[in-house]
Amino acid sequence: MIRYDYHGTGFAGWQEKLDHYEPAFLLKLFRDMLRIRIIEEEIERRYFQDHMKSPIHLVIGQEATSVGACAALTRADLLYASHRTHGNYLAKGGDLKAMLCEMHCRINGCVGSRGGSMHLMDKSVGMAGSSAIVAGVVPIATGTAFAAQMQDESYVTTVFLGDAATEEGSVSEALNFAALKQLPIIYFCENNFYSVQSPLHTRQPKREIYKWAASYGMPSVLVDGTNVLAVYEAMQEAVARAKQGGGPTFIESPVYRFRAHGGAGDDSKTGYRDIAEREAWEKACPIETYFAFLKSAGLIDEQARKVMAGEIMAETMEAFDFALRSPKPTEADLYTHVYAD
Amino acid sequence: MPWDEGLVNSLVYDAPDPKEGRVLGYAKAVNEALEIALKQDPSVFVFGQGVDDPTAMFGVTKDLQDKFGEKRVFDSPLSEEGMMGVSTGAAMNGMRPVFMHNRPDFILLAFNQLVTHAAKMHYMDNGLTKVPMVVWAAIGRGWGSGAQHSQAIQGLLLGVPGLKIVMPSTPYDAKGLMLSAILDNNPVLVFEHRWLMKKDGIVPEGFYRVPLGKGIYRRRGKDVTIVGASHALELGLQAANKLAAEGIDAEVIDLRTIKPLDEEIIAESLKKTGRLVVVDTGWSMGGVCAEIGCLAAEKWFDSLKAPVRRIGLPDIPHPAGYTLEQFFYPDVKRISQTIRELVHQ
Repeated sequence: MIRYDYHGTGFAGWQEKLDHYEPAFLLKLFRDMLRIRIIEEEIERRYFQDHMKSPIHLVIGQEATSVGACAALTRADLLYASHRTHGNYLAKGGDLKAMLCEMHCRINGCVGSRGGSMHLMDKSVGMAGSSAIVAGVVPIATGTAFAAQMQDESYVTTVFLGDAATEEGSVSEALNFAALKQLPIIYFCENNFYSVQSPLHTRQPKREIYKWAASYGMPSVLVDGTNVLAVYEAMQEAVARAKQGGGPTFIESPVYRFRAHGGAGDDSKTGYRDIAEREAWEKACPIETYFAFLKSAGLIDEQARKVMAGEIMAETMEAFDFALRSPKPTEADLYTHVYAD
Repeated sequence: MPWDEGLVNSLVYDAPDPKEGRVLGYAKAVNEALEIALKQDPSVFVFGQGVDDPTAMFGVTKDLQDKFGEKRVFDSPLSEEGMMGVSTGAAMNGMRPVFMHNRPDFILLAFNQLVTHAAKMHYMDNGLTKVPMVVWAAIGRGWGSGAQHSQAIQGLLLGVPGLKIVMPSTPYDAKGLMLSAILDNNPVLVFEHRWLMKKDGIVPEGFYRVPLGKGIYRRRGKDVTIVGASHALELGLQAANKLAAEGIDAEVIDLRTIKPLDEEIIAESLKKTGRLVVVDTGWSMGGVCAEIGCLAAEKWFDSLKAPVRRIGLPDIPHPAGYTLEQFFYPDVKRISQTIRELVHQ
């Protein structure tokens, strides 16, 4: 039984908007999504070799939200992630080698092997924080936007959260404060319908999350999370609003994870969701639908995609080799940075 | 609340000698520290529910909003976890928040942000992110406050790496420690005690700091070491002064901060006295008393002439009623009796 179906319309009607965009920009969005997919698949393929001693939460199926959102941000804008960090980190410009080193528990990981997959951070590219506690970063991101407002800084803060995070009290508290102070922040909610294996309807009444968020007193929109351009445009509008002092925005983006909540492979066969549901969403795959769209516009073909994939694969292999050759931390590294000077 | 005022006004403390310097009340000393910090550094802001109330949180935040404006001194929504996260996020990005709570009990709603996020961010980001923030609350013992408005929760936080915990006992320390807490680049909890709010002391004008992690001798003696902080230490000191008349010469150490803990000063004193009494405003089990008692057993066993005694709260929730409170809280009489037993053992 398909409980949560795809209700979007893909790229129907988007042909006429193509003129608004530079082809290079459109292709970059595709490449960025494909890159995340290929890297994630390689992580998954190697996971059982056990060199990556880290829990993983793959973003396969959810590439358009990270890429579309980050395309509307500058390096100076800040991004906070949940536990599902890989897509956010890579799309924000995080260093692949530092990410894989982190997942391989190496000292040159992006946070020195203190975080692993769930805690990727890189201040140099505005990947400001991530938390393994659902909704943990939502108030923190709100405080970040408050700091920006107080210091008259022009950067915008975006925080990714899942559908289950909206059940946490601290998200209500954060939305209330952001609306009260008109903070320059975007709450980007990826609604993938499952919190680990708990379906949305056992956790929330029948209502739409974005409408619930609107009741806090901020513009709130529903955007197809499989459509990278729709995500980008919604984010662009929200970023412009925030930068002009117009306050916060909430974006709900329905999307589907093609894999289990955590670990490698899909776990639909355990019965908590129907495999047919995943298959229905795979037809709306953010990468394949966008590829078909670009191809029909004559911007890409199979050959060009193959070349692109080859380059990404080479980069990925090199990064894995680098991680496996990288030094491990020593005992002395355990004791540093408990307190700041 | 008149009963509240009546209680705190009825407490008797030794009056400071005005010849030694300027005499100032405890709450005013903290108020002065906040004013200096707000004046010195534009990144400091003070917030929490009630900071602009007419009662001004015991007077601690009095006039600050008038002086520094609603942007830097403001009332907040009643959202403890959310606001602790806001404070953390602001601290991670260039600000120095001071988040005020009337009672520590309310900080329990914010443990996720405090314990799992603020305390860990610096470590988790491999030293790149700093979280310079102060979380302030006054322990609300007495007059019906009961199980949910009297708790002293420092013991619950003592074992959390990355936090610092300050517990002043004098107006001088309250000001100097607050300034140190605000200037520190870590999350620092400042637990005051409501019963100290009307205590007077010698408080210098202007800026000065009392270092975090350093205890101080309040009384020199050779028979027994009394160690603790905040109001419990005040009671311990009163007991020590009383016992002097009986020929018991107690040494009294005010820890000032319980995390980081000044182990050296306790070890030094214990080497001399051989007897240790730990006093605390919180529960004895698993808290300050338990930790220092364990350190004595583990590190200073050779110095001990007698078993360590803990004078904290029993493993019981705080009662609200006045009569039950008299059985629940240690007082000077009971502290004195414990010390007597220990010394004459």
